[in-house]
Amino acid sequence: MQYTFIALVENKPGVLNRVASLFRRRNFNIESLAVGRTEKTDVSRMTMVVDCPNGDVDAHRIEANLYKLVNVIDVQDVSRLPAVTRDLALIKVKAGPEKRAEVNSLAAIFRARIVDVAADSVIVEVTGTEEKIEGMTELLRPIGIAEMVRTGQVAMTRGANSGIRRMPGMEDSHYEDDYEVAEMTP
Amino acid sequence: MKMTGAEILWECMVREGVEVVFGYPGGANMPIYDAMLNYPVHHVLVRHEQGAAHMADGYARASGKVGVAMATSGPGATNLVTGIATAMMDSSPVVFVTGQVAAHLIGGDAFQEVDVTGITLPITKHNYLVTRADEVAEVVREAFYIARSGRPGPVLIDFCKNAQVEQAEFVFPDEVKLPGYQPPERAPQSDLEEAVRLIEKAQRPVILAGHGVLMSGAEEALAHFAVKTQTPIASTLLGLGAFPASHELSLGMMGMHGEVHTNLAIQNSDLILAFGMRFDDRVTGNLKTYASKAKKIHVEIDPSEVHKNVRVDVPLVGDLKNVLTDLIQMVDEYDHDEWLQQINEWKVDADSRSIMNWPNDDNLYVAHLVTDIWKATGGGAIVTTDVGQHQMWAAQYYPLEKPNRWITSGGAGTMGFGLPSAIGAWFAHKDQEIWAIAGDGGFQMTAAELTTAVQEGANVKVAIMNNNFLGMVRQWQEFFFEKRYSAVNMLTPDFVKLAEAHGVPARLVTKREEVNEAIEWARRTPGPIVIEFRVVQEDSVYPMVPAGASLDQMLQRPERAVK
Ligand SMILES: Cc1ncc(C[n+]2csc(CCOP(=O)(O)OP(=O)(O)O)c2C)c(N)n1
Repeated sequence: MQYTFIALVENKPGVLNRVASLFRRRNFNIESLAVGRTEKTDVSRMTMVVDCPNGDVDAHRIEANLYKLVNVIDVQDVSRLPAVTRDLALIKVKAGPEKRAEVNSLAAIFRARIVDVAADSVIVEVTGTEEKIEGMTELLRPIGIAEMVRTGQVAMTRGANSGIRRMPGMEDSHYEDDYEVAEMTP
Repeated sequence: MKMTGAEILWECMVREGVEVVFGYPGGANMPIYDAMLNYPVHHVLVRHEQGAAHMADGYARASGKVGVAMATSGPGATNLVTGIATAMMDSSPVVFVTGQVAAHLIGGDAFQEVDVTGITLPITKHNYLVTRADEVAEVVREAFYIARSGRPGPVLIDFCKNAQVEQAEFVFPDEVKLPGYQPPERAPQSDLEEAVRLIEKAQRPVILAGHGVLMSGAEEALAHFAVKTQTPIASTLLGLGAFPASHELSLGMMGMHGEVHTNLAIQNSDLILAFGMRFDDRVTGNLKTYASKAKKIHVEIDPSEVHKNVRVDVPLVGDLKNVLTDLIQMVDEYDHDEWLQQINEWKVDADSRSIMNWPNDDNLYVAHLVTDIWKATGGGAIVTTDVGQHQMWAAQYYPLEKPNRWITSGGAGTMGFGLPSAIGAWFAHKDQEIWAIAGDGGFQMTAAELTTAVQEGANVKVAIMNNNFLGMVRQWQEFFFEKRYSAVNMLTPDFVKLAEAHGVPARLVTKREEVNEAIEWARRTPGPIVIEFRVVQEDSVYPMVPAGASLDQMLQRPERAVK
């Protein structure tokens, strides 16, 4: 099951490594990770999409351990909330003059933009949800994809909602879900 | 005022109350060692950096203050690693300061350059790389604050050589600015009320007292709460001493080598009050069958421990002392006579198998020896241990009445911890009697620190329980590998000669009638002492919950002697 977390962290060297190391140490797979500045210069925002095989139990563990990092200021789980999520992809398509029209019309359908044109290729920029980008990629594939890069998802909850904070002891904490105990190693 | 980074380090450490540091110099921390000469700090030169880490840890645990250990870059820093991990697993507040190559050389594989912040990231509460002198004051201030506050733990400062010699304006920060670090103080009122509702209903409650009781200084509040609600207290290995062992509500140690009646009480309880403990696998046994009839209240300062191993009904996240103080106000007086009586019956049953009731067969049993040391010291010594069978026997047979006198590596189980942690503890309490109880295996891992003890005049008494085996591993091979002994039979040096070569008076004890005189000799002879006891080779620690078994499935000592 995939979960999306937002973490606000201090903008200091090594913080990304601390966060990534936390996932590595507990053997979680990060599907995507996007980091950037926020409206506050000393705060960065991370959006992490993480595979949680044990659902909420894993999500709780991830949140709790993120909080344990001294440089992490806030953690929210936005997986199941109304949120705007966006990913941006640049796709270099092998398209000479004869295929440009086809790429153009596909781009129009997806509200993508052609941002570079060369003799035998074009770069398409597409923004949107995961599904939209996957859809666009599938249609471009037969034409020939030379290169592709994605930023990873960023997310923001709609309206005044914030994400779920599962930490016990916090004001609006949630922890209702069934808890399966782990098998003990001898 | 302008100062060098090294001077700022010492200036800050002195303000943090540092009086003694344990360490080892080298190329990358020479400016720190040079600046040290101008400050009122005593430096203890160890024989291996692991020793420095354990000494600082032992000092921290005995004093309740932050311990400090230092090493140079590269191999100096990597030699600390076992000690850092040991402090991390047992939440011990230690600040480690390592030298690092100059900032402009970092990443270039310079001489003795190792990625120390990278290596120690998962075994520290937090760590820092200092590349400029003007960062030093803030970093040192934060490091001490983080080490001792919340759930304490080790913090490492990797200090580039250029930052040690460069100058900066010294300003001691009034406060730390850590927006992401706010240790919880008090549990929310609604959670407290929910807990009280469970406490009111409980017929068979048990308190599980962990290391957190000691770290929070909540011993009095714990006693007050337990007496008011008439709730018996079981202790984790690191929680021993938090509540007087002789008190009628004390159940002693729980878990893998816990008392039978204690584990039975937990398994049959209807309410678990877990205070500053983390449901480690060594205390729970099989989680699927663990205290399955009990509701669970978990008081814990580290929210990541809540629901980690055991799903609890009411988490109370906050400082234990505060939470207990609040709870005491809210609960009524109860009595649980029937329940306490039931536990007592289990206890009588277990007593009949106790090794203490064996007739003297002139063999030396560690259980008896620990009891002899306990009697001789009036139960009041600071006891450190190494790791293995003797550690469990020490936990079982040196019942403690007072806190912070029991120093053992619980979470990491680090062999070699006993002697150096005793030396560290001595620096915290030079007026107190200190005994290190070690196995022949673990003692050899850090035996070189005997010279450190001599150089410092550390008044520590070392009891080596020599069974010529890596005893605990041998016991597991006997129980779980059909007695196929593999790599556990150990040739030991002549410990008496070894000690004497270090300048430490020593004795070998092989007979029962020599025991008391040897202990008294050690007690009245000032300075470090070693006694080697030749103990029964193939004795085993009972009771024992095999790994993965239910907490109430205990192997008990056979009725007769093993031999
Ligand atoms: C550094 C380290 N290496 C290995 C172990 C595994 N281990 C746990 S107990 C033990 C045996 C200890 O033997 P000894 O020191 O003689 O003490 P005894 O059990 O005989 O009392 C070993 C090897 C450990 N805990 N720590």
